[in-house]
Amino acid sequence: MTTDLIIFLGLGFVALATAISMLASRNAIYSALFLVMNFITVAVLYLLLNAAFIALVQVTVYAGAIMVLFLFVIMLLGAEHVEASPGLPWQGPVAVLLGLILAGEFGLLLFGREGTLAQDLQTAVEGFGSPASVGLELFRNYLIPFEITSVLLLVAMVGAIVLTRRERKESR
Amino acid sequence: MDIPHLVEWTIESIVIVVGLIAGFAYLTLFERKILARIQVRIGPNRAGPWGLLQPVADGIKLIFKEELIPNRADKLLFVLAPVITVVPALIVLAVVPLGPDMMIFGHNVTLGIAGDVNVGVLYIMAVSSIAVYGIAIAGWSSSNKYALMGGLRATAQMISYELALGLAFVGPILLANSMNLMDIVNAQRGLLGWYIWLQPLGFIIFLLAGIAEVNRDPFDMPEAEQELTAGYHAEYSGMKFALMFMAEYDKMIAVSMIAATLFLGGFWGPFVEQIPLLGPVYLLIKTIFLLFVMIWMRATLVRFRYDRLMAFGWKVLLPLALVNVVVTAVIVLVGG
Amino acid sequence: MFGEAHMHDQWIFVAFFLPIGFIAAAVPIIAARILGPRKPNPVKLSTYECGVETVGDTWVQFKVQYYVFALIFVIFDVEAVFLFPWAVAYNQLQLYMVLEGVLFILILAAGLFYVWRKGALEWS
Repeated sequence: MTTDLIIFLGLGFVALATAISMLASRNAIYSALFLVMNFITVAVLYLLLNAAFIALVQVTVYAGAIMVLFLFVIMLLGAEHVEASPGLPWQGPVAVLLGLILAGEFGLLLFGREGTLAQDLQTAVEGFGSPASVGLELFRNYLIPFEITSVLLLVAMVGAIVLTRRERKESR
Repeated sequence: MDIPHLVEWTIESIVIVVGLIAGFAYLTLFERKILARIQVRIGPNRAGPWGLLQPVADGIKLIFKEELIPNRADKLLFVLAPVITVVPALIVLAVVPLGPDMMIFGHNVTLGIAGDVNVGVLYIMAVSSIAVYGIAIAGWSSSNKYALMGGLRATAQMISYELALGLAFVGPILLANSMNLMDIVNAQRGLLGWYIWLQPLGFIIFLLAGIAEVNRDPFDMPEAEQELTAGYHAEYSGMKFALMFMAEYDKMIAVSMIAATLFLGGFWGPFVEQIPLLGPVYLLIKTIFLLFVMIWMRATLVRFRYDRLMAFGWKVLLPLALVNVVVTAVIVLVGG
Repeated sequence: MFGEAHMHDQWIFVAFFLPIGFIAAAVPIIAARILGPRKPNPVKLSTYECGVETVGDTWVQFKVQYYVFALIFVIFDVEAVFLFPWAVAYNQLQLYMVLEGVLFILILAAGLFYVWRKGALEWS
């Protein structure tokens, strides 16, 4: 177990460091790249959990597609260098409050209820996380959510077109 | 992990990396020779017999060149971009099985790094989607209008053709019922078992999308010399330029090798079962053949205009790839 | 030293291969930095624009078209990723599951058709 723990701690450290760097960097392009690194680190964590399929989907969709979209938006606006904005007046207090609530929830989960997180996990069944098992599970037990996903994606597509078309009309 | 395993890994990793570097060097020579022949010229023939030392001479020259980093560039990302571009090109082949298991010095050796993982095809998708960043960063960090334009064009083109590429994978997966490349190769024993016969459209879509993904002619709009000077690597010189070039040529090798694995039976060929060492040789021959096809296309076809290039990707290849998936699914359902 | 039973050896090999790839990319850059000459001057380091001095900011606003393509790309990328497990489990699926997969493709093909008809795929 110790090797796993060392790898986990190392990856956790990298994930945290990239997340903080993403927030701290002044240049939006750097922020985006730190987020990509963060996504990839999280993917390796999934890999450690024996979920290779999810890990690679994470890289393909989040790091490879959504972040490219972000990068385009940043380049599109020509807004790489973010000015130090004064921010909204109520932003700070609300952030602190939400952070405290989250920390409280973590504490409750970790220490409050004995035996929920502390117990040993069951050994994964044979073939767990394999693409075939993901496919079967998806079509056996999650068929309706899967089908709704396609409608959701369709709506997203229509929405994107409607929004960009209106923008184009206005700019003319 | 025991010591023999580590030794095996080290040797195999170094052989693959050195192979890819040498492959890049000699692919440039191969390309120049073939282009010359097609244009009724001779091509490089001064450095060594048949110009065989030409890549070595080019390499030495590039190392001793002065490298410039433009004043306005983002220096850190400018230096990192070639590295970020090259690494995906090197590691994408990790999931391609290079030959059958064989005994070497009484030791069971698996050729290839991770040919037997159950998500091999998805790994290729993931790595090729990361490959976009090197080019986008190179274009952005140069702080040059041509480079930025080229980088943006290349990124938009790569993501557009990645869809057709991803959907072209679905055909072989449906036929083999596996994303494991070893399984896909093993399902294609014998010439008639090759998936190109069952997936001719899929093969063509894969090859075209692959060439577009590598930004090669006729899809080399991002590098169009006449209007963008060199696209995203306009400001790169010396060894950094060579690395950008290496990424492009190693991606060519990768696309060819993956196409050979998915559609042309991979390492299988006559007598491989008796002499397993023939496996990698067959794979290499198939790869070189596909590389020749790519160079031949470069010599024959002219560059697409950018709007037509995007239209071809979205309005021709993507719908065709979708149709291919549905038709394959129906045929497998009825036939199998 | 490595090798928990649940972690596949091959992924460790990939993790082992990755730094070797990085080294292969970094060595030429470092070698060139040591071996190559360095005599910079302002003209050499200026931005290359065919000899003409560059005007204005490089990072200007771009066509919205790039953004539209990227958005549609994200959607179809998700679709392709969903089709992979469907294709792998294909021989174990029941008929209605297969048809659900085809329906999934058709719904998104309809989306593509809509985008096409609305002219969002035109590059102009």
